[in-house]
Amino acid sequence: MSPEIEMSLYVLILAVPLGLQLVQRVSPLLHTPLMSLTNAISAISVVGAILVAGAGGASRLSQVLGCVAVVASTINIVSGFLITDRMLKMFRKKDK
Amino acid sequence: MEQIWQIAYIVAALSIIGSIKWLSSPATARRGVMAGQIGMLFAVVGTLLRHEVVDYEWILISIFIGAAIGAPLAYLMPMTAVPQLTALSHAFGALAAALVGTAEYYKNNPTGFTMTALVIETVLGYLTFTASIMAFGKLQEIVPTRPITYKGQNFVNIALLIFAVSLGVWMIAEPAPAWVFPTFTGLSLLFGVLLIIPIGGGDMPTVIALLNSYAGAACAAMGFALSNRLLIIAGALNAASGFILSVIMCKAMNRSFLNVLFGAFGQVQEGGSTAMSTKPVHSATAEDAAAIMSGARKIIVVPGYGMAVAQAQHKLRELTDALTKRGVEVRFAIHPVAGRMPGHMNVLLAEADIPYDKMHEMEEINPDFAEADVALVIGANDVVNPAARHDTLSPIFGMPILDVDKAQTVMVIKRSMNPGFAGIDNELYYMDRTLMLFGDAKSFVADIVKELPAQS
Repeated sequence: MSPEIEMSLYVLILAVPLGLQLVQRVSPLLHTPLMSLTNAISAISVVGAILVAGAGGASRLSQVLGCVAVVASTINIVSGFLITDRMLKMFRKKDK
Repeated sequence: MEQIWQIAYIVAALSIIGSIKWLSSPATARRGVMAGQIGMLFAVVGTLLRHEVVDYEWILISIFIGAAIGAPLAYLMPMTAVPQLTALSHAFGALAAALVGTAEYYKNNPTGFTMTALVIETVLGYLTFTASIMAFGKLQEIVPTRPITYKGQNFVNIALLIFAVSLGVWMIAEPAPAWVFPTFTGLSLLFGVLLIIPIGGGDMPTVIALLNSYAGAACAAMGFALSNRLLIIAGALNAASGFILSVIMCKAMNRSFLNVLFGAFGQVQEGGSTAMSTKPVHSATAEDAAAIMSGARKIIVVPGYGMAVAQAQHKLRELTDALTKRGVEVRFAIHPVAGRMPGHMNVLLAEADIPYDKMHEMEEINPDFAEADVALVIGANDVVNPAARHDTLSPIFGMPILDVDKAQTVMVIKRSMNPGFAGIDNELYYMDRTLMLFGDAKSFVADIVKELPAQS
């Protein structure tokens, strides 16, 4: 096993329980915003999309796939964060 | 330059972890969104600074197009459409992951470990893409919401999945012929469609959570394929989140994952349900309801998907205000699977300006029903069906329910006696203490509000 893969596996081993811990603490009140926030975060795949779309000397195919992927993940990022914020703005505690 | 993007990625990873941590309570939740946005900004800018990226023009145009589509989507969708929007958003994210995997495959023709990661990334990406589109269609009611089943369905689905996985294994083992990857892609896309077809609207909360988890897993797999730890961390957090939510949803319906995915809920119970529907019910007018409510001390409201459909949350807020002024305590009981996604009802009530400290989870409020003078059920059905407690033949037997039948008076606002989504009759409606309020939820609640002032 290459050190790269080993390191990635360690990261995964630590990240999964961290995620489980963090999410278990979220109040059911906020489950919808939680889902739309994590949805926006999953669009971090934009990183991969940019790397594919912007690579020097790439084939036409991978440029096109990369650009479509950038469009798709940007839609996901923008709509995910905006709708989460729009929802959270509405949550308030006491009567005015 | 080498170090700049690495530092940016570390900042991004920290911000993303912080963003989920802060989301745990409503007081810090918006800070969480801010942290998430900062994390994403660092990830994108950091990536643009990497020396591998030489061609900026098309990337910037693509980002612009994406933002121009995403922003109106988030602002123009009504709050009741949040489940649809989330499904659509999943579809885009998953598509991005799958396309990146496809491009990587054609660029590097990898085998072994990298290919394993790529296979997982693309199969999850493509199937989540079509499954999310189908879920969107069902939620938007473009596609029939009733479960569509046929004989041998599970066999077909499983065979298809096994075929796709074998093609994947082939590509991992050795460079495969040119037809293999496109076939693998096609099978993954098809599997996503077939996965959602037998699933009904009532199971949507679980399914959306599951798709959320898949999208995260695809992202983490991409991290392995690209040796990018930021992707692994973000993907793993997301996969964990979706997984926990779907487990919570499954528990709230007393069903297993496999049962949700392969069970096709609506089919089983046709026989038992028709016998009861001839029994008499007590119906009441808005005036009667207003009279009882204004004399009550404690009222618990149970909202369900029907409230969302009728857009009754704002009128409900007016009713709450009017009753609170008269010294009546009004609270809201929210079942984990009420609505079409986890937490759906909370968002709608918050939209109507109902403070969140009046919304209560099932375990928290169930003991209080016995002391409530009125339990008002609006557009909920299966989550208040007492059959879940004692009728071993009922398909919802064992599902934890809100104990509305313990309240002094039960009021149910319902359009007609048609059974709810799952097609199960509800014995709650035939109890002596139950008053059926027939009509559209929104106008009925408005009528109750109108009838109230005359009484005080």
